[in-house]
Amino acid sequence: MKPLLPPKRRSRRSALRETFVIVGAGQAGTQAAQTLREHGFEGRVLLLGDEAQAPYQRPPLSKAFLANGMSVDRLYLRPQSFYEANDIHLQMHSPVDRIERNAGRVVLSDGTRIGYDRLLLATGSRPRVLDIAGARGTGVHYLRTLQDSLSLRSKLAPGQRVAVVGGGYIGLEVAATAAIAGAIVTVLEAEDRIMSRVTSAVVSDFFTAVHHRHGVAIECNARVVGFHGGERLEAIVCDQRTLKADIAVVGIGAQPSIELASAAGLPCDNGIAVDEYCRTADPNIFAAGDCSNHYNALLKRRIRLESVQNAVDQATVAALNMLGDECRYVEVPWFWSNQYEHKIQTAGSFSGFDHIEERGNRDDGRFALLYRKQGALLAVDAVNMPGEYMSVRKQLKEPHLTRPDGIASHASAIQKQAA
Amino acid sequence: MPKVIFVHSNATTTTIEAATGLTVMEAARDNNVPGIKAECGGECSCSTCHCYVDAPWAARLPPKRADEASLVEFAWEPKDTSRLACQIRLTDALDGLVLHIPERQL
Repeated sequence: MKPLLPPKRRSRRSALRETFVIVGAGQAGTQAAQTLREHGFEGRVLLLGDEAQAPYQRPPLSKAFLANGMSVDRLYLRPQSFYEANDIHLQMHSPVDRIERNAGRVVLSDGTRIGYDRLLLATGSRPRVLDIAGARGTGVHYLRTLQDSLSLRSKLAPGQRVAVVGGGYIGLEVAATAAIAGAIVTVLEAEDRIMSRVTSAVVSDFFTAVHHRHGVAIECNARVVGFHGGERLEAIVCDQRTLKADIAVVGIGAQPSIELASAAGLPCDNGIAVDEYCRTADPNIFAAGDCSNHYNALLKRRIRLESVQNAVDQATVAALNMLGDECRYVEVPWFWSNQYEHKIQTAGSFSGFDHIEERGNRDDGRFALLYRKQGALLAVDAVNMPGEYMSVRKQLKEPHLTRPDGIASHASAIQKQAA
Repeated sequence: MPKVIFVHSNATTTTIEAATGLTVMEAARDNNVPGIKAECGGECSCSTCHCYVDAPWAARLPPKRADEASLVEFAWEPKDTSRLACQIRLTDALDGLVLHIPERQL
């Protein structure tokens, strides 16, 4: 099998003796390895992962895979032959213990030392753990890895009482999957509405109603203070009441895996701090994906994102810059979630909006909300309206097309395409 | 196993064989066919597995669902024959399917 593309001739690209090490074999790490090869890097590429399985997709873990509607084979990001054909040394079961920046090497937890000329940290994030007694006990699940999903999947069954702690995307996707599987589901949300961190009240209300229709109870302003049970989980204790439950699933957000970077003295602030070029404070060390915190010129602020889009796009830019390019990472964040028959697609960042323009019809379950601030378009949430979503996403990427009058801007986006 | 022929924008072709039941996107990914990005993993959410169906095949594919139809409109240089590879499921009837990969995705 041939490599992806013929190598381009550039000094660093044909640097046969150089070693680029990627820590983290998730969506970002895998993308970076691929980009290095696509752009002609001829040195060594090491992709180090701490899990057992070759890199796989995480989004289905709370959706189709959890619903038992998808085999493990279909979860892998790339076939095994991809790594062989592209001479990417994929090493699983290889957690990294530390970075020795002065020596230019990483040390694996088994003591193996690996020298690098360029290092990419794509260490991802991991679920925040509830800071209460029993939060790691039997029957209390978190969802990040394939193993997590398999473990939860093996317990989902009709009649099981499932308490979902956290009404964010992951929690609500799990709630939907569990409800479809016949479980009795309650979502416990600490804020006064679900998805409060990621969307407006309009969307929260819509999805609250959707979940209610599917028999899922949603309790807001619920503070979980403990878990009861021994061998088996028996109940989940809130400040107001105690809820009987066989399974608890905690989805209260993720924290970036910054320990390696931080211990190596690299500045971190809600993620490994990188500039628009995906560079950390060390010119030989880059970071991308969930673990990183970057300056986004479109949003005009620093941000840490947990999404496939960010993992893929930022890792692509990081890999190009590891090769000596000077590409800026300037992308519109986008994300999607499936709950029952509803797909929500979102692009941009809605915070700070002062006006919502609504298209479609909520009663039909098809609508899009365009968030604006002083007329300027900030973001879109589209429910079962992929066309509206894509149209606005394109406008956000090309702000000169953005007009307060949405119809005109839609038309100009189409004209531009046709041109 | 049905065969699928991908024609790249430089006119070279890649021919693959894949199991029925997989989507064309998954078959392309599993066979390292370049040019099909499929960022969303087959969720009909990103339109980065856009391709053009070779004219004789266009009418032989099951029609687009509404979400694919509205998404593919916003792919890079859409045409009447545009489809998203993640929404085409391989069957024996599609043996020999010819798809043209656009110069770029989005």
